[in-house]
Amino acid sequence: MDENIPQVTPRESATFDEYTRSEIRRAASTGIYDIRGGGAKRALPNFDDLLFLGASISRYPLEGYRERCGTDVTLGGRNASKPIQLKIPITIAGMSFGSLSGQAKEALGRGANLAGTSTTTGDGGMTPEERGHSEQLVYQYLPSRYGMNPDDLRKADAIEIVVGQGAKPGGGGMLMGQKINDRVAQMRSLPKGVDQRSACRHPDWTGPDDLEIKILELREITGWKVPIYVKIAGARPYYDVALAVKSGADVIVLDGMQGGTAATQNVFIEHVGQPTLACVRPAVRALQDLDMHRKVQLIVSGGIRNGADVAKAMALGADAVSIGSAAMIAIGDNDPRHEAEYNKLGTTAGAYDAWHLGHDPAGITTQEPELAKRLDPVAAGRRLANYLAVMTLEAQTIARACGKNHLHNLEPEDLCALTVEAAAMAGVPLAGTSWIPGQTQY
Amino acid sequence: MNTMDFQKIGLREINRTLQGLDPLSNERNYTITNPMGQHAIACGLNAPLMVDIQGNVGFYCAGMNQQAEVTISGHAGVGLAENMMSGIVRVKGNASQSAGATGHGGLLVIEGDASSRCGISMKGIDIVVGGSVGHMSAFMGQVGHLVVCGDAGEALGDSIYEAKLYVAGSVESLGADCIEKDMTAEHLTTLADLLERAQINKDASSFRRYGSARKLYNFDIDHADEY
Repeated sequence: MDENIPQVTPRESATFDEYTRSEIRRAASTGIYDIRGGGAKRALPNFDDLLFLGASISRYPLEGYRERCGTDVTLGGRNASKPIQLKIPITIAGMSFGSLSGQAKEALGRGANLAGTSTTTGDGGMTPEERGHSEQLVYQYLPSRYGMNPDDLRKADAIEIVVGQGAKPGGGGMLMGQKINDRVAQMRSLPKGVDQRSACRHPDWTGPDDLEIKILELREITGWKVPIYVKIAGARPYYDVALAVKSGADVIVLDGMQGGTAATQNVFIEHVGQPTLACVRPAVRALQDLDMHRKVQLIVSGGIRNGADVAKAMALGADAVSIGSAAMIAIGDNDPRHEAEYNKLGTTAGAYDAWHLGHDPAGITTQEPELAKRLDPVAAGRRLANYLAVMTLEAQTIARACGKNHLHNLEPEDLCALTVEAAAMAGVPLAGTSWIPGQTQY
Repeated sequence: MNTMDFQKIGLREINRTLQGLDPLSNERNYTITNPMGQHAIACGLNAPLMVDIQGNVGFYCAGMNQQAEVTISGHAGVGLAENMMSGIVRVKGNASQSAGATGHGGLLVIEGDASSRCGISMKGIDIVVGGSVGHMSAFMGQVGHLVVCGDAGEALGDSIYEAKLYVAGSVESLGADCIEKDMTAEHLTTLADLLERAQINKDASSFRRYGSARKLYNFDIDHADEY
């Protein structure tokens, strides 16, 4: 090396970055694709790319803390004699006992109760504890039908037919054998320790015509009392929403690709589906085209983090939102106080996603009794309730600033976009312009 | 005997009546006439009733049945007795696809043929088919028995867990991880009992048994080609 020649700074490839190289080495070593929990980690257009305009001379704001800003929402009045009535438009998304510990499920139920909202079962059926700790419980009806029985169906306050999940549109699931203890195995009618595959399609219907009959059957079994939700992934939101409405759904749950899963292939999570931001307006447009907006309610999920996200989703036309990953964080998932144990697992707080392996130091995504008992369901439920209260207050703060006396009165006109992409996806003008890409001339 | 005419009173009234009966009532025999191939008839029953449906039915007849004995004197559409928990459902004709899907218990008897995916994801139900079954029957079958007195279509028992399959006729092909297994005296006894309960006169010794090789129970990349 000639010391007289200036050295070029070593440059890593942007294409083959450190993460990419590590994944290639991992794949080459194991021969197995990477499986993990959670939603898309890649940077995506999201609600941060939108801003509220607020009020000024042309818009009249409401006084914070004095003038009322309603947050209640009714879900499922289209056909059900007992629709769901919630105090806040933020529900807890479906997460199964099996993927989560019993303590975590209890905490979610307690937190939801305190906040006046609903929680949701997951693959694997309904546990008595979950029913007991959830005043309003939505019962998921999944392709696997693990733990599915008519007695529990009749105990539910609503039924959610799961067609898809934002993290894996078109994919099934897998609960790894190490999380299958005696109780989980018994609930799912499978041997202990066996990987439990969840099918990607329902076993007894295909397509919207069949779904309409399936909904009829569920209504007949439950006496037309409870709402029927249909949960779809953010794949083709306009057509999927239209078909779900045609099939008779009372409520649509639309889950974008930031929505989490208990376990699936990383390549699936990161490369299939659409960002939540891109899904809302097509879904709302489908409802509007069918004259069903606000008659069939739209719940949006996938990466909802704070009151601003709630307000933005509702301004785009959602009736409510749903949170899963955020609720887990609120009760203790990926908490830095477990950093030393995350390090032992080869990761760090904030990046832990091996939920399928069941070694969660926080006691949430585990079936190991010693780990699970670390989570105090009462205290964790309180944390979730606090978090939901903050989100609601934040959304109200924004709505009042926009002059709205109910969160449902927020509208696209209250928004602008920071990027051309977000403007196109959300159908709102680029900041500082009246330009909506694809709709108006610049 | 109580007779309800579907054409006159409709689905809701029929199901409301059957689902809402006083459990102490001795009125336990019901006949449904003119079912007209309609859907979700006699679903969600949860009492020891005897329900005779005179005609063809559509999707999900006797769905999620508990305790009741439902007989269909005709053919049945998709998802007959889906997710059945207990009781007996009998169809004297043929059944469309996904008969007995995800059933947790009880006995489903199909005197004729069953279409594809009969017993898909079965979780404890016993199914006896007098005729043949279509492709992918007992797909992902977890627990229970599927008895086929005729032939089975392709990919029988694909991705099967612990369900037990008995076929008297030919099997077009076995699905992933499904293999032929020995028929022991214990299995013969179980099979004979199932045939007797189903009131189907067939010699148990004429059947062959199939079940899981258990190679796909825990993911192994070396078995990926089998999926």
